[in-house]
Amino acid sequence: MYQNMMKLEFLSVSENEGFARVAVAAFAAQLDPTLEEISDIKTAVSEAVTNAIIHGYSNNKGIVKIEAEINKNQIKIVISDKGKGIENVQLAMQPLYTSRPDLERSGMGFTVMETFMDDVKVESERGNGTTVTLIKTIGQ
Amino acid sequence: MIVALIFLKIIVIRGHNNMYLNFEKIDDKLIVHLNGELDHHSAQEVRNRIDDRLEREKIKKLIMDFSGVTFMDSSGIGVVIGRYKKLSANGGKVCVVNVKGTVNKVFELSGMYKIISSYNSFEQAVNNI
Repeated sequence: MYQNMMKLEFLSVSENEGFARVAVAAFAAQLDPTLEEISDIKTAVSEAVTNAIIHGYSNNKGIVKIEAEINKNQIKIVISDKGKGIENVQLAMQPLYTSRPDLERSGMGFTVMETFMDDVKVESERGNGTTVTLIKTIGQ
Repeated sequence: MIVALIFLKIIVIRGHNNMYLNFEKIDDKLIVHLNGELDHHSAQEVRNRIDDRLEREKIKKLIMDFSGVTFMDSSGIGVVIGRYKKLSANGGKVCVVNVKGTVNKVFELSGMYKIISSYNSFEQAVNNI
């Protein structure tokens, strides 16, 4: 069975949103995905990384970590921060919910992740950060 | 040398913000051509520049052209709906044109099309807004 993995750590600044999604897309490319599949992965990663930067660390600087794993034709992407965490994960995952209405955010981040990936898991603890796991099988 | 400098400048501008905008005015309508990647990082400058132009020229009708958008996440929804809120409060309108692929999927998910029209051509957009 084909296996591979990578790890990436970067500072929680918005300049790194583009870097993070392109890096994950480049790693996923070895599964020979369609353009649409690559676009889905980039969009979902962008949402999770943006959440870590805006919500996890607010305006403070911290480290966002990405670990990606390929098993056969499936990619698992784990995006984690050590920020303030989400108080109510269920509420945060509801479409149109945003904890920062002041920022012109749409509250669609988790809905986008759930639509574009096969599986999304969110683990969070107040004061101890958030871990988002995204899974997608390529060539279904 | 000059060509190289211009090229470098383009890279620097794009590297800093990964999105650039071109504005066009037709009658009482402002058309903004968005080029590049629209994410949380570029959204702030995009909304500032569009709002500036709308206010400066006292325009109430905005047509947003997505044909040059190579990537967009849910930050783009906030940019469009934010302009809609501002303009509709003063009797204005917003529409989007040339939205394709994943960008269209993101807009569809949000239910944005219930309040904002999407057109496949400028002609349609200019005539119908």
